[in-house]
Amino acid sequence: MQKTSKLARDGAKWGLIMVAPTIIGLLVLNIYPFIDAIRMSFSKSLPFGMFEFEGIDNYVEMFQNAEFWKATWNTILFCILTVPVGIFLALLVAVLLNSKIRGRTTFRAIFFLPMVVAPAAVAMVWKWIFNTQYGIINSVFGVNVGWLTDSRFVLFSCAIVQIWSNIGYDAVLLLAGLQNVSATLYEAADLDGASKVKQFFSITLPMVSPTLFVVMIMRLMSSLKVFDLIYMMVDDANPALNDAQSLMSLFYRQSFIAGDKGYASAIVVWTVLLIGVVTIFQFWGQKKWVNYEV
Amino acid sequence: MNTSMKSSKRLTTTLTYVVLILGSILMIFPFVWMLLTSFKTQAESMAIPPQILPSSWALDNFTTALASLPFLNLYVNTGLLIVFRVLCAVIFSSMAGYAFAKLQFPCKNLLFGIVLVQMMLPSQIFITPQYLMLARLGLTNTIFALVFPGLVSAFGTFFLRQTYLGIPNEIAEAAYLDGCNKWQTFTKVMFPLTGSSCAALAIFTAVFAYSDLMWPLICNTDLNMMTLSAGLSTLNGQYTTNFPVLMAGSFLAMIPMVILYLLFQKQFIQGIAMTGGK
Repeated sequence: MQKTSKLARDGAKWGLIMVAPTIIGLLVLNIYPFIDAIRMSFSKSLPFGMFEFEGIDNYVEMFQNAEFWKATWNTILFCILTVPVGIFLALLVAVLLNSKIRGRTTFRAIFFLPMVVAPAAVAMVWKWIFNTQYGIINSVFGVNVGWLTDSRFVLFSCAIVQIWSNIGYDAVLLLAGLQNVSATLYEAADLDGASKVKQFFSITLPMVSPTLFVVMIMRLMSSLKVFDLIYMMVDDANPALNDAQSLMSLFYRQSFIAGDKGYASAIVVWTVLLIGVVTIFQFWGQKKWVNYEV
Repeated sequence: MNTSMKSSKRLTTTLTYVVLILGSILMIFPFVWMLLTSFKTQAESMAIPPQILPSSWALDNFTTALASLPFLNLYVNTGLLIVFRVLCAVIFSSMAGYAFAKLQFPCKNLLFGIVLVQMMLPSQIFITPQYLMLARLGLTNTIFALVFPGLVSAFGTFFLRQTYLGIPNEIAEAAYLDGCNKWQTFTKVMFPLTGSSCAALAIFTAVFAYSDLMWPLICNTDLNMMTLSAGLSTLNGQYTTNFPVLMAGSFLAMIPMVILYLLFQKQFIQGIAMTGGK
């Protein structure tokens, strides 16, 4: 009896010691900053990193600012452009890689490659490919489209690069989901004479839907937070800057270039709320299409 | 199997190959084009119609890129950033993950709640306060500043907790009977069983530390203390139209990770599939 209580006490002691670094780190690095960011969004930035409470002024200013609404719309449009197409293509690649073909590992490695290249380098080469005067796309097709400088195309071009960068990563996740689908299901369907297309919709899709859901949540989040690609491909001198600027690029410019940290914090709080609402909708919607009875 | 089914099967296979090969070309082309451009002179890069191959394989653009950016520092800084973040993530998350999975202690659920909250919030909301903390301590433009937001990992804790939950309790109990205390059970018996999960977490942490742009750009403004990504973005502003130099710089920045990837391709992909969908 005494032995168990000593063991329990021992466990409590070691448990607290072992979680201490992580918990202290999270409190200092995340929980305090989270509260601080919300406080800052209700404050006015003074010199030397000081803040003065001023109520909802930052939010009032933000909601009256056309640039802010444009950035919000750009961010939402960027999601609409990248998420459905990106996931469709990733699923296509995953299904193809899941068939019995030679060179599967090589194909998989090739599609995954952009994942290990820093977005800064990826953005740089695409900026060159999309260049209006000398870019390879315009030269090959003999056109003169301002892929990154025309307000009508700039967000599409950024979306293409985002999709291209993430196909392999998403396909690897979906492939892992596909490989869990039991082969006997397909054998049974073959015996029943179901076509491959029918099998895809009635076996593959429902079975892979939990993975699909995870990928979708992750993609929506990363698209709502997009920064590096747009920051690298659309510089400050670009005439289409206003048509490509995402919420996070606006946040970066306001906080660290213009130095208005209070206003910038209001932007980031808005973005977090936006992500929250989208995620809640996703979890609410998943009941209709995600199948957990595996 | 009758002939029509056989031929339709062959058609499916051919189509699969065609799509995958076309896709692969689209994935590789930008990198090939980057490399080809990096050897061209500026005039060659602007030739109309485009010149595919450079007329000579001169290294001039690489020399220019190396002279414009302190690449040696960038490699070292990026390397240190990755090493420290990986060590912190693996060590602290293993400890916390084990405790959350296998030990009973006060406030366990509340403390785990903190981990979950961090995982749900996008990292950008922490950035300004994190920067102000560093600035007040006078620690900007240091390696510590680069590592700072990744000193602990909520995701790593969550991920390794799942791993430890999958290890049967009997193993730990056997260790107690052999006279190990809780700490020894962890270091000598349990931790060594989590090798593949720790490797997955290490790869995941390394890839994301390497790609991150916003934080390194903010915390270290001194060129000598930047990471490869941040350095590349300053090169972007410096040579707005000299694409051969920009391509040479990009190639130099991406090559270390690509070599690691080619060497450990299987581990990279497995690691990402395991940590899947953060």
